[in-house]
Amino acid sequence: MTPHLDLQSQLALTGYVADESVAMALHLSGALGRPLLLEGPAGVGKTEIAKALAQVMNARLIRLQCYEGLDASHAIYEWNYQRQLLAIRAEGAREDALFSEKYLLRRPLLEAISQPEPPVLLIDEIDRADEEFEAYLLEILSDFQITIPELGTIKAQSRPRVILTANGTRDLSDALRRRCLYSYVDYPDRAAELAILKARHPGLEPKLAKQIVAVVQALRAEDLEKKPGVAEMLDWAAALAGLGINDLGTDRAAVQATLVCILKTAADRDAAPPEMVERLIGKVA
Amino acid sequence: MRVTRFPARAEGLADRVAGFIAHLRMNGWVLGPAETAATLSAMAAVDATEPGQVRMALRALLAADADSWKQFEPLFDAYWFNTGAIRHSEAKAHVRTQSARPLIWQKHLNDHKGPDGGAEESAAPETPDTRGDDDSAEGTEGRLIATQTQALTRRDLRELMDDETLRAAEQAAVRLARAIRDRRSRRQRQATKGPRLDLRRTLRASVARGGEPLDLFRKRRPERPVRIVALADVSGSMTIYARPFLAFVRGLVGADARAEAFLFHTRLLRVTPALRDTDTLRAAGRLSLMAEGFGGGTDIGGSLAKLYDGYGRQFDRRTVVVILSDGYCTGTPGALAEALQKIHRRAGRIVWLNPLARWRDHAPVAAAMKAAAPHLDAHLPANTIEALAALEAEFAKL
Repeated sequence: MTPHLDLQSQLALTGYVADESVAMALHLSGALGRPLLLEGPAGVGKTEIAKALAQVMNARLIRLQCYEGLDASHAIYEWNYQRQLLAIRAEGAREDALFSEKYLLRRPLLEAISQPEPPVLLIDEIDRADEEFEAYLLEILSDFQITIPELGTIKAQSRPRVILTANGTRDLSDALRRRCLYSYVDYPDRAAELAILKARHPGLEPKLAKQIVAVVQALRAEDLEKKPGVAEMLDWAAALAGLGINDLGTDRAAVQATLVCILKTAADRDAAPPEMVERLIGKVA
Repeated sequence: MRVTRFPARAEGLADRVAGFIAHLRMNGWVLGPAETAATLSAMAAVDATEPGQVRMALRALLAADADSWKQFEPLFDAYWFNTGAIRHSEAKAHVRTQSARPLIWQKHLNDHKGPDGGAEESAAPETPDTRGDDDSAEGTEGRLIATQTQALTRRDLRELMDDETLRAAEQAAVRLARAIRDRRSRRQRQATKGPRLDLRRTLRASVARGGEPLDLFRKRRPERPVRIVALADVSGSMTIYARPFLAFVRGLVGADARAEAFLFHTRLLRVTPALRDTDTLRAAGRLSLMAEGFGGGTDIGGSLAKLYDGYGRQFDRRTVVVILSDGYCTGTPGALAEALQKIHRRAGRIVWLNPLARWRDHAPVAAAMKAAAPHLDAHLPANTIEALAALEAEFAKL
């Protein structure tokens, strides 16, 4: 058994059906000690990969959700000013006592490099953060050390496994791309999607599972604003199962009502009118 | 089974891998010596005798974005399996035009004979072949090949590009683009390098410092750039205006990196990359390839609908859609109004520059304009260079 297939089957045990090339990228990022950048449309399970990997490695998952305006004090560290003030007022704390680990608030990046066991660091939607933040990140990802002026340099006790995800909100810098391994995660094909559905909802009727996957795949081929991702497909399956529907062909009204799980904008409701969905279901039923 | 054949001069794996990196570099990939070293260590981490594994490993390592991720497979095959040429799609298109030329000629002669041809085309269900040609009109690389067969019969835009007076039109456009683009908000937002202190934020932060304003926050008026989407009509009725209008559109696009330009007649062509090309000769060449269909009929409604379908998602409230057309249209006025209404719902402003608007008896002539009028924010005359230059004041009001 080769290592990446090994990893793939371990991921499958946690309920994550990984593409072979994703498994290879994960394996390599471990072997070479490099961060892995995952790109792809929303809802294909990029974030789930990190969660599954943490489960496989039996490691802690530290997540940094990026957003516009994210800065060092939210991503790396901050001093706990309130506690410092209290210490001065109440105890008359001396200066060197004020700038100690006790008053340091560890934010995800510092947290990740000060773990004794290597954690999985998930930097989610990196493209939402500003470019300046990317520069901070580059420094941390290449040296795995953080300098705090009052405390000195903190070196990583263990190298975290870093996974970055991006949705294409903005172009990432070449420098960041060069430091990372890259994997493009696309919508799964029919067989893979069926396997995902089976892994997540093992109790589902095989016939219904096939129908669900076929309809979702067909909807993705349509011109929709927000194409239904894997997450939406799973939601829909859960909704159908919850309503006790065993065949899409039988209870059309209920099926139409559950479409809110996969069509999420008004424009998409218009683009996929009931007649069209009927036709899709008719084809697979 | 496909086997990698090593050339006799290659000294071993490292040499071949270096060759592979050089091969990728030649195909436009940005890779340094560090990548070569990383490639070798990646091959040590997988089973290097398994082509499938090596392929996946190197793709994860060397690809940097979605495009290169997709390019990798053929490049890999070309180098390691000696398949030679990698341009499968282009080669196919070329063979098709060569072997089936008479048939294709026939089709296009029928399609674009006159103004009616365009309307027929849009009404008739599309065969796979015409679909392919439609795609070619989008202006992405490699797809231009299909138009090469038609370019011979069409007007050469080179004549349309190099004229002295065109510079005036272009400059007017640049000024205009600046007038509407450089907008600043009246509000102030926090910014790392702002000219003013953000007192509210500084005071708030000083609470954490025991009342000492140690952290200084700054603010500035954020820029709210307006994005221009320019569409120029290049149909038969607009022939005499095509030259200055093209220069005008070029000016609009050149002034701002986010602007987009389209030409339309019976279909819509995106010409932004061609107009941005700094090499004017190459730009003229690229435009000539797209020029097929110039001087034919117009389907404004259809073209606008296509614009909405393809690019509408990129529009926002800060988008100004500029349409340069006389409003003579073979499509129905209803379709035009519907398309404009859709665009208006997403875009901030729609401005119609009409070379005929100055004419007294214009209004009754073009029924399409009547249908379009309620959806326009401005309908302005643009029959001379001076008129174009005078638009600046009008645009500043938008």
